[in-house]
Amino acid sequence: MTTFLDAPDAPPTLVPVCRLDDLHPDRGAAALVDGRQVALFRLADTDEVRAVSHRDPFTGANVIARGLVGSRGDVPIIVSPLHKQAFDLRTGRCLDDPDVSLDTYTVDVVDGVVHVGVPQTG
Amino acid sequence: MSEVLQRGNRRRRDPTHALPSVVDMERSTLVVAGAGMVARRLVEALVERDATSRWDVEVYGEEVHAPYDRVALTSYFGLSGPEELLLGDASLWDTPGVTLHTGTAVESVDAAARTVVVGGRERRYDALVLATGSYAAVPPVEGADLRGCFVYRTVDDLDALRAWVSERGEALGRPVRGAVVGGGLLGLEAAGALTTLGTDTTVVEFADRLMPVQVDAGGGEALRRLVEGLGVAVRTSTATSRVVADDAGRVTRMEFATGDPLDVDVVVFATGVRPRDELARGAGLAVHPRGGVLADAACRTSDPAVYAVGEVACVSDRVWGLVGPGYTMAEVVADRLLGGEATFADADLSTKLKLLGVDVASFGDAFGTTPDSLEVVYADPVQGLYKKLVLSDDASTLLGGVLVGDASAYGSLRPLVGHPLGGDPAAWLLPESAEGPTTGALPDAATVCSCNNVTAGTVRCAVTEQGCTDVAGVKACTKAGTSCGSCVPMVKQLLQAQLAEAGIEVGNDLCEHFSLSRAQLFDVVRVSGIRTFSELLAAHGRGRGCDVCRPVAASILASLYQEHVLDGERAALQDTNDHVMANMQKDGTYSVVPRIPGGEVTPEGLIVIGQVAQDFGLYTKITGGQRIDLFGARIEQLPAIWSRLVDAGFESGHAYGKSLRTVKSCVGSTWCRFGVQDSVGLAVALELRYRGLRSPHKIKLGVSGCARECAEARGKDVGVIATDQGWNMYVGGNGGFTPRHAQLFAEDLTTEQLVRAIDRFLMYYVRTADRLQRTAPWVESVEGGIDAIRAVVLDDSLGIAADLDAAMDAHVGGYRDEWAATLEDPEKLRKFASFVNAPDVADPDLAYVPERGQKRPATAEERGVVIGGPTLPVRTAGGPL
Ligand SMILES: Cc1cc2nc3c(=O)[nH]c(=O)nc-3n(C[C@H](O)[C@H](O)[C@H](O)COP(=O)(O)OP(=O)(O)OC[C@H]3O[C@@H](n4cnc5c(N)ncnc54)[C@H](O)[C@@H]3O)c2cc1C
Ligand code: SF4
Ligand code: FES
Repeated sequence: MTTFLDAPDAPPTLVPVCRLDDLHPDRGAAALVDGRQVALFRLADTDEVRAVSHRDPFTGANVIARGLVGSRGDVPIIVSPLHKQAFDLRTGRCLDDPDVSLDTYTVDVVDGVVHVGVPQTG
Repeated sequence: MSEVLQRGNRRRRDPTHALPSVVDMERSTLVVAGAGMVARRLVEALVERDATSRWDVEVYGEEVHAPYDRVALTSYFGLSGPEELLLGDASLWDTPGVTLHTGTAVESVDAAARTVVVGGRERRYDALVLATGSYAAVPPVEGADLRGCFVYRTVDDLDALRAWVSERGEALGRPVRGAVVGGGLLGLEAAGALTTLGTDTTVVEFADRLMPVQVDAGGGEALRRLVEGLGVAVRTSTATSRVVADDAGRVTRMEFATGDPLDVDVVVFATGVRPRDELARGAGLAVHPRGGVLADAACRTSDPAVYAVGEVACVSDRVWGLVGPGYTMAEVVADRLLGGEATFADADLSTKLKLLGVDVASFGDAFGTTPDSLEVVYADPVQGLYKKLVLSDDASTLLGGVLVGDASAYGSLRPLVGHPLGGDPAAWLLPESAEGPTTGALPDAATVCSCNNVTAGTVRCAVTEQGCTDVAGVKACTKAGTSCGSCVPMVKQLLQAQLAEAGIEVGNDLCEHFSLSRAQLFDVVRVSGIRTFSELLAAHGRGRGCDVCRPVAASILASLYQEHVLDGERAALQDTNDHVMANMQKDGTYSVVPRIPGGEVTPEGLIVIGQVAQDFGLYTKITGGQRIDLFGARIEQLPAIWSRLVDAGFESGHAYGKSLRTVKSCVGSTWCRFGVQDSVGLAVALELRYRGLRSPHKIKLGVSGCARECAEARGKDVGVIATDQGWNMYVGGNGGFTPRHAQLFAEDLTTEQLVRAIDRFLMYYVRTADRLQRTAPWVESVEGGIDAIRAVVLDDSLGIAADLDAAMDAHVGGYRDEWAATLEDPEKLRKFASFVNAPDVADPDLAYVPERGQKRPATAEERGVVIGGPTLPVRTAGGPL
């Protein structure tokens, strides 16, 4: 049962979005992936790419990609540009309000092209 | 004289409008009789409101000292002199238009002629404020006027008491025996003072307990044990019948209606105070049968040109024996003198004191007189603790209380009066948990400082809006905690909670990534020559940085090197607005503000702005800074909008930056018939000089063409007002939640001197202020305050003037319009893509509705009906993307 609940129905479909070079280190960029607004972050120190939902859950505005990247302790964070709540870039969890979180998406960089995984529906 | 009389006569025709109106620019005279605590607050309030531009304020005080802190009188014995009791900033009395005459009593008032007699000479007034306070009342007891009998009201009383005790002590060669008649607040203060002087002290009280006005029977009992435990004898229910003299006419014994006589060498009468209403009586003004000058809610007496404030005033049918209500009256009168409508509402009579090291507090409905109220009592007779809360009939709302022995919860409880207590009342009373729940529960409207009428909301705002980061800053900004001080712990808690919420680290550290203040970081960058955030982090910080240190580093680098905000690594450091050089609005779109230096704009310029707004469907509004704000621009539209504006000769207005915003000006001598200098010309020059200067917080300037101050320059960080000889410069003003008037910095400067002085003032601020600290709290925080800054700027006291000048010259020389530079660089323009894989596609979730002929973002409810995007046709921008 537990296994069933934890596993997604099917592996996400990876969609090519942009070139890694299109992403400025530590400065977010929004992308339209299969109708969803996704915020992409290329972290300057590790060069890994993280993807979370672009919509700020506190205001409903699509602005997360325009927030500042940083860290709290060991947690890599993105800070909403509107009211400055911080979110864990790995899990989407809001550090200032445990009841709120961003969606997270799988990212794969293949041959310098950033692919974002969108959950398969139906 | 005749001119003065004429003025007076003209006004007297309409007694209810005795005060000059705004257009009447003639000067009028305000006489203040009495120079005590409340008179001082009145003058302070007038100066803050700039009333001295219309009023000459003449303050007469009978005491030889400038107004001092009478509330702290008892501490005088521990101080080196009366100067240490002085209130606030002594420079108040140097304000032009304000004159303090100490050692000068007002002898009489002629209300019909509008004159007072001072030193045997008549002085005219247009308005008179009676602030004569109270005198100590001595009961009609035989022998109460013997040598060795004292009252407890003034510094001179205390000097006389101290001299007597030390003289008697030496003559007698044994400890002096003292008695205090009266066991109320004042009596216990006096007992404390006598004990400090080494006297064996007895307190004699007529009522059945100590402090009968403030505490109930249980509290009185606990208080008695505590006071006795400190070696002070207490006799309650005791009426003094006679004071007996020795051969030399000195006090030697007291006799009572009941009980044994008492041998004494000194007696202090602390049996209450009476209003000093003799001037009013002599002038035929209405007084209360039991004393006090009758005044209405505007603090106006039966003569509309005469006001009464403080302990002499009988407002709402009573006299108010505390300084807090007096301060409120002072604010009311200041407002009224300027044509306002303020009124005095019933004030808070809460008290907290520490007498002989014993805490006593009483607040709200201390006696539970509210119908059906409940009382929760915690008493520990052994420890001398007594605490009582009075609650509403459903036990939810706090109505009042009494705390004896441990009043640490007072600061938290008093603001909650009238509000839900939150949690178990017992939690507030038990010894270990006296702090009770935290300040989070405190509503913004709750009064934290009753002396100065400051709410929790005002304190919170001082942190969020004014950049206050310590108690001193909040005190300076809001006046909270500047009188009795009992609210300081509460203010501190609120401050810390607010700082934590705002993510501001208490202490010097900027944030968890840098153990340096902003000023220290500025010096590190300047001296080390580091030019990127990653180098700075590697050398002096840790982690990845955050939304605090990244923008600070960006600002410092921009102040020092004028490099573009979107160049290289800096593009990842910019806060919300600097991120795309526009102001983010609630729906994630932006507003655009082209610079309009000095507010001067050509018709052609206006047409271009209007055309751009129309073509891009932008909502337009005039700002307070004399320019035009265009709202609703999408990120991908910004370059196209700016290319139109730049082509028409506009440049960035930096409305998005912590940087120079605007230099507001009035039209000045070029058009105005009163103007004495070209205020617009100067404003334009200043705006062009300082445009683009990145700073710890926004900076605003203002220039007025004459003393009428139409540009409201004194509400700005730097205000300039034209004089016949040149320019007066003011610093440290701001608007917002805690408005501040700028203070005079230098007078009659030439344009060249003025510009240099502003250069240095701004650069010094940029280098040394804290993050998000505006100039007003910065001026307060610099050691030595405004005088020290003046010395740096005008006299080069630190030897850094040349350096500051060079830095400003580099800024001016290196300035380039950020938006013009952006439009020329494809690399920067890519940052304005709405989506990295669909650069021109509009955010499909944006929705607008029309209102008053323009558009505004749809509310959540409206979005339910407005499906699928903009309702107003928005022309797609053929931008350079
Ligand atoms: C020992 C002590 C402790 C106190 N503790 C507290 C406390 O803890 N909390 C609290 O809220 N309040 C306290 N008070 C009361 C508080 O000090 C007064 O409420 C406050 O000082 C009233 O201010 P005022 O300006 O009305 O009067 P005052 O401060 O008395 O000033 C009036 C001034 O007018 C002068 N004057 C009078 N007549 C004339 C005239 N004809 N011409 C010129 N000058 C004149 C007087 O000499 C005096 O200097 C205390 C008072 C004392 C004495
Ligand atoms: S401040 Fe300016 S507009 Fe106002 S009266 Fe003076 S010169 Fe004229
Ligand atoms: S309550 Fe007295 S100073 Fe604040």
